Amino acid sequence: MLDATSQRSLPLAPGIGYKPQHFTEIQQDPGPVRWLEVHAENYMGDGGRPIAQLRHLAERFPISVHGVGLSIGGEAPLDADHLARLRHLVDWLNPASFSEHLAWSSHETAFLNDLLPLPYTQATLTRVADHIDQLQEALGRQMLLENPSTYLAFAESEMEETDFLREIAQRTGCGLLLDINNVFVSCTNQKLDPRAYIADFPLDFVGEVHLGGHDEQEDEHGAPLLIDSHGAEVVDPVWTLYAETIAAMGPRPSLIEWDTDVPDWPVLAAEAERAAGILAQVSQ
Amino acid sequence: MSVGQTAFREAILDPARDVPDGLVDPEGRPAGKRFDVYRNNVVVSLSNALAEAFPVIRKLLGESNFGILAGHFVRQHPPSSPLIAHYGSALPDFLEGFAPVQNLGYLPDIARLELAMRRAYHAADSTPADSSVLPQMPPEQLLATRFTFAPSVQLLRSDWPIAAIWRFNAEDGPKPEMRAETALLTRPEFDPVLTTLTPAGGVFVEALCDGRNFGDALEAAAAIDPEFDLSPALSALVSGGAITDISEDPSP
Repeated sequence: MLDATSQRSLPLAPGIGYKPQHFTEIQQDPGPVRWLEVHAENYMGDGGRPIAQLRHLAERFPISVHGVGLSIGGEAPLDADHLARLRHLVDWLNPASFSEHLAWSSHETAFLNDLLPLPYTQATLTRVADHIDQLQEALGRQMLLENPSTYLAFAESEMEETDFLREIAQRTGCGLLLDINNVFVSCTNQKLDPRAYIADFPLDFVGEVHLGGHDEQEDEHGAPLLIDSHGAEVVDPVWTLYAETIAAMGPRPSLIEWDTDVPDWPVLAAEAERAAGILAQVSQ
Repeated sequence: MSVGQTAFREAILDPARDVPDGLVDPEGRPAGKRFDVYRNNVVVSLSNALAEAFPVIRKLLGESNFGILAGHFVRQHPPSSPLIAHYGSALPDFLEGFAPVQNLGYLPDIARLELAMRRAYHAADSTPADSSVLPQMPPEQLLATRFTFAPSVQLLRSDWPIAAIWRFNAEDGPKPEMRAETALLTRPEFDPVLTTLTPAGGVFVEALCDGRNFGDALEAAAAIDPEFDLSPALSALVSGGAITDISEDPSP
């Protein structure tokens, strides 16, 4: 088990999910953006432009590496090849943070490219904790585990997501990545109160916050069904929940995530500016 | 009851299957449309990855047909690794067996070319050798020379005018004429450069890539085309930074 307080080196300021189309603008004028997050799997080639850009950016900005493909919640053992690729990336880049998801995405040789949900049971808890132990051991560092966006529930679940995450963090020494949009999406979809979820969340373990946009749909019964799309501006209720959460736990590195229909740089910079304003209120 | 990941995965990839029992909405009713969110995420995100990776295949088929093809391919050949940048290596063979595109015989080789472009793009960096020594070499020394190539160098021989078809669709190039072409990809810095080689030029570069010496490579090319002129192929290799080491056979 690793010491949960050993690493928290991203600045307590806004960061942005890096997209190559913003490479020049980020260097000319990053505005309020103080750090960058990249998806690990996009930087596992042997060379070329992606690696060269990342090396260049890492000289100026703290980097957070965010894995989207390890399938930590998978029933099968972790993919040893992928674990080795993650280790290689973390070794040469030495990022300020590494995070992954409470989800699964691979099963029986198929990688499904989505963050799929888990039942919150003792069996899942043991499996996820073992996988996180293995990952932290392989990387030689603490990781942050992100709460998911969910669209359905498992009838077999025995505990709340917040209790599940607390137990995982206590057992493994991992930190948590609190995605406020995921809280809003999941709570709406599960008919829960997002404020109550935050009140139950083990905020002491949070090393990073995510903010992103979602789409609004309805299920076949007319109930709201929010989809975590990362393709729009952060909505006002999520900003409010973010401000309340930051007021309760103190400032944290806060990322604007925008992965589909990526907008021009000024739109992202404005979102980061809004996060900076909320962080500044708490810091004073 | 417990919902295993095998049942979950099978239901995601096959829309005809029932949603597994035990997946519910907040009222405890069957998940229904909520499960379809995952089905949709998987197929759409993987189809988008293919569309980004095979822009010329997409243009040749049109948006709607490409979407249908991608839907079939994604369900039959989901990725085997989380490295989505290399997803689609099974697409050329899939196209060869996909009945609706059998009249477009060149499609599989165009897909192979687009795969090769991505391999070139992500290949390890390398430093070109000093090729200024080549013109000064006496002929017998040149014939005994072997090259080592950069990892980004890709060669694709086809019975179709693959480079011309690619340029026509990607760069508004001239209308392709029916002939066999070999596509050479080099990466001088970050962007792969496509060079069209004649079949003899392709044999020449392929022999060099296989580690044969200059003389053997020339002989192999001349066997196909007695008038073979090596200069276009050689200058593409040099300007593309493709040659990373120049060595000589030991004297006999």
